[in-house]
Amino acid sequence: MLRKNPTLRHILGRAAWYFVTFLVAVTVNFFLPRLGDANPIDAILAKTNAGDSAGAREKEEAYLRQFGLAEVDAQGKVIRTADGKPVRTGLGKQFVSYLGLTLQGDLGTSFLQFPKPVSEIIKDALPWTLCLQLPTIIFGWLVGNLLGALAAYKRGVFDRIIYPLALLVSAVPAFCVGILMVYYFGIKLEWFPAVGGYDAGTTPELSADFVSSAAYYYVMPFLSIFMIVVGGQSIGMRSMVIYELGTDYVKYAKLLGIKENKILLYTFRNAMLPQLTGLALALGAMVGGALITEIIFSYPGLGMAILTAIQGNDYPVITGCTLLITVCVLVANFSVDILVGFLDPRIRAAQAAGTQ
Amino acid sequence: MELVKGLFKIPAFLLGLFLFGATLALAFLGPIVFHVDVSTRVGDPYMAPSGAHWLGTDHLGIDMLSMLVMGLRASLYVGFLAGVVATIVGTLIGVYGGYKGGLLDDILTVLTNLFLVIPTLIVLILLSSSMDKGRSLTLIALIIGGTTWTWSARAVRAQSSSLRARDHVALARINGFSTLEIVLEQILPYLLSYIFMVFILQTATAILTEATISMLGLGPYDSISLGKILNDAKTNEALIGGKWWAFMPAMVLVTVIAFSLYVINTAMEGVFNPRLRK
Repeated sequence: MLRKNPTLRHILGRAAWYFVTFLVAVTVNFFLPRLGDANPIDAILAKTNAGDSAGAREKEEAYLRQFGLAEVDAQGKVIRTADGKPVRTGLGKQFVSYLGLTLQGDLGTSFLQFPKPVSEIIKDALPWTLCLQLPTIIFGWLVGNLLGALAAYKRGVFDRIIYPLALLVSAVPAFCVGILMVYYFGIKLEWFPAVGGYDAGTTPELSADFVSSAAYYYVMPFLSIFMIVVGGQSIGMRSMVIYELGTDYVKYAKLLGIKENKILLYTFRNAMLPQLTGLALALGAMVGGALITEIIFSYPGLGMAILTAIQGNDYPVITGCTLLITVCVLVANFSVDILVGFLDPRIRAAQAAGTQ
Repeated sequence: MELVKGLFKIPAFLLGLFLFGATLALAFLGPIVFHVDVSTRVGDPYMAPSGAHWLGTDHLGIDMLSMLVMGLRASLYVGFLAGVVATIVGTLIGVYGGYKGGLLDDILTVLTNLFLVIPTLIVLILLSSSMDKGRSLTLIALIIGGTTWTWSARAVRAQSSSLRARDHVALARINGFSTLEIVLEQILPYLLSYIFMVFILQTATAILTEATISMLGLGPYDSISLGKILNDAKTNEALIGGKWWAFMPAMVLVTVIAFSLYVINTAMEGVFNPRLRK
């Protein structure tokens, strides 16, 4: 069946590769926090000394059991040494139980907001991040490419205004754009609310009040991420189109007397593909930059969740959020890869050739 | 040499060089020209700029200009160290992989492809949050260099594999030169300008990265840095309170460093890359 369906084979091949990447990401997510001196296991074990209140004790036991950090007896009670310290399990055993839980979608329980599960914290934050980043990156990519193509094709005034502006915007760090906007438009001019995601008086629900207030708070974070994406993408598109306009096929097409609009269409199509691949590669960086922007605006998304978790050494939430962000980036990359497969005639041709 | 001379005729390159030189001057001549003291509280928290304290004070009442100079030095140090680590490791592996191919090359390719999609910031967050007590400025620089070298390796690899088919390399091979000799004498000299550009970009990236992870509260424990100044300003409500002197100068410095290095790189690319040469 696979032999007859090259597109499906391409998709499955990419899916397999991304699954391997996912496994690596999970492994990295498990081992990296355990490398340093302040690793989560030591942190939690250090807390389980004698003399703790019953509540704290219960919290720690729950965590130790949940992630298989300590040896338990037949009754499921944590085995302790004479001085009250739990007997820790080996790294391998911990990894197996972590892997099992993660694949089931169980990310554990928060230290700070015990007994709130990490998945619930993420469920509150994720919609904000998705609503902010997804449209901004897609829309910014489209506008950036249009502007870049325009600058390359029209040159003259367009190129002299758009290109230097884009260069400047893309050289300014993401968080600086955010800080500047908060300061000028939020604090000084008071055009938009400086920080937060919605009015304090409203609660997240589907009411007109809440939606309009959320929309108002959306403007500045949106613009600050949007500008950076547009800047970066238009520079890339500009040089791609300039390169394409100088190629032999364009010269030949001109000699043949093909209409200019038609030639432009060809060039744009060819220049778009590397840009699409570029989007896939830049996604990780973009999402990272956008997380910082969320923090500047105190936007209630994953960025703030990570910041709060880092400030409180809330390791389950940190690793939960990092894993989720990685998964989102992987899914986005995978989608772009599949899209490129459909759009790129060379990949289509290679797929077709493979079947014969 | 002609190329280098040409470089100095490009206005953008000169502008970048001037801006970067200015930040270097502030970092190294600053402590000589004015009194730098980051351990004494010289006044009230968030005093506005005045004749005595040109940039006012921070949330503890420490002279902001002193903080800025020390922070700038730390940020430049992180950028330089991380840039050197990332460039050396990346170049060695990239040149070797590109010229030799084989197992190391395959491993490298898989590794770079993996870490192109797993966000670097995530790796940095995980690593730095685990190193709470020992997170010194040097360690942060090493972590940044250690996570970003894959990018230089990939860039250098592409260049070095294109040199592999050149006649002079083949000639050296026929004459029985060892791999090391060929890499050092036949390949590296052609890549020097390129490697230097990689170094510039890595340095700029490292300075921005330090600022970014410091803003997440994962900054160095033993030093001030531009990122830490920004983080302090944010956590101590200078931003909301409109105390511009607490964050604006640090922000301008980060931007100027990144912008100048970026401009230098773009100008160099225009000169050294024959495809872009007019």
